[in-house]
Amino acid sequence: MPDTSTIRLRNLSFAYPNGLRALAPVDLDIRAGEFVSILGPSGCGKSTLLRLLGGLLTPSGGSIEADGDFAGQTTGFVFQSPTLMPWANVEANVRLPHALAATRDSDASARIDHALQMVGLHDFRHAYPRELSGGMQMRVSIARALAKQPRLLLMDEPFAALDEITRHRLDRDLRELWAAEKLTTVFVTHSVFEAVFLSTRIIVMSSRPGRIVGEVTIDQAGEAVTPRNDEFRISEQFARRCAEASRLLNLGMNEDEFRGQAA
Amino acid sequence: MKYLPYAAPAVIGVIVLALWQLTVTLLDVPPYLVPGPLLVAQTMAQDADLLLHSLLVTLRITALALFFSVVMGVVIAFLFAQSRIIEASLFPYAVLLQVTPVVAIAPLIIIWTRDVQTALVICATMVAIFPIISNTTLGLRSIEPGLLDLFRLYRASRWQTLLRLRVPSALPYFFAGLRVSGGLALIGAVVAEFVAGTGGSGSGLAYQILMSGLQLNVPRLFAALLLITLAGVAIFALTSLLSQLALRHWHESEFGQR
Repeated sequence: MPDTSTIRLRNLSFAYPNGLRALAPVDLDIRAGEFVSILGPSGCGKSTLLRLLGGLLTPSGGSIEADGDFAGQTTGFVFQSPTLMPWANVEANVRLPHALAATRDSDASARIDHALQMVGLHDFRHAYPRELSGGMQMRVSIARALAKQPRLLLMDEPFAALDEITRHRLDRDLRELWAAEKLTTVFVTHSVFEAVFLSTRIIVMSSRPGRIVGEVTIDQAGEAVTPRNDEFRISEQFARRCAEASRLLNLGMNEDEFRGQAA
Repeated sequence: MKYLPYAAPAVIGVIVLALWQLTVTLLDVPPYLVPGPLLVAQTMAQDADLLLHSLLVTLRITALALFFSVVMGVVIAFLFAQSRIIEASLFPYAVLLQVTPVVAIAPLIIIWTRDVQTALVICATMVAIFPIISNTTLGLRSIEPGLLDLFRLYRASRWQTLLRLRVPSALPYFFAGLRVSGGLALIGAVVAEFVAGTGGSGSGLAYQILMSGLQLNVPRLFAALLLITLAGVAIFALTSLLSQLALRHWHESEFGQR
């Protein structure tokens, strides 16, 4: 039986205390097992949307309702930078969510092992962050987000600061990890290519205050799910979806120009 | 090349000492004006008992002052870091403590305190405590915003955030303060001794300098001065070593070394 758990955003909006509106009312359903990318220009409120989902910000209006498997579950969050504790080794960094938890998890060590294995850093568990490359630090950050086996993984442009080759590798590994773990993922990015490569569905947002302009489904009903490898990057399907997403992205930008709000 | 950091200053030191000895000998400078290094070394050996005893007295005051500076400074820094109101209300007084010259208040403290040694420790602590307070407070506040978000995400308690995030983040700042305070504690101890001018069995190096000066026993004055300097260098080396041991795995200031 398919998992019907859903996170429902209804009329969700956010404004800063100084009155700056970051997010216009947004309606969105995130279904279990999806890989949703939030695609939009810089400053469109996509990070705000993610922080609202993670509970780091309190909505100014509207609601977020989680049912089924999502209700009351921990969320994994990967930030734009690795945000590792430099004084702690890889294992201690990945252990942090367990160390901070109010209740002890008897399986913590096994879960940490598993998380390190998933990102391919098991042999580096005793290394310190400064000894790792930028890409490896990001993997540690992902392992930490996975350490409590969350039902929902939130990622805020995690690979934006990495070089392209590393980014492609991490994109591929992340997609494999998602497929293996059936982990619902919301991924914020401003790269059309990254969004199309990773996602099952892309939500395109307009510039500030962010609204949803439209969405692109990558593997459409009736089509076989395409494996995400280097072949996919040069396939016709990839090009078509990229064109669709770019068109929506431009739509979101142009509307602003009509209203004279473009930066 | 590996020994260059040690060899180069050593060579310079030997050259300077040789020139010094040479000048004193050739120009026949009287030892009550400038004694040669050889004479200073000789005096050091002769007066070893007296001088080492005084050194121990001064070092004891310094160590106690540094200890109290660390304990009280860290406690005060924790209070400051807990609330902006506490910091705003009390920080000016910490500054006041810092800018008041210890020589100016030492006589008062000596009058108020029954035991001179206690008075000296209080004076030296007043000189040494400020870098610990200001650096540790800064460190407890200097936290990567992303890590703070992370701790919020996992609903860390205030206590957990303090112990697991603020304290480790503050360590490099604390150790920078400790290195400065170590030197200041010694200076504070010496200055306070000068003011107190205590003689007898409880006399420190400053008293030896004072008396040597009055008696024109300049070689002994030099020997006492040398001991103070060496003590200062030793304190700096010790605090640096502590810093290195604590931070070498992760902090930029230490892992580049050796």
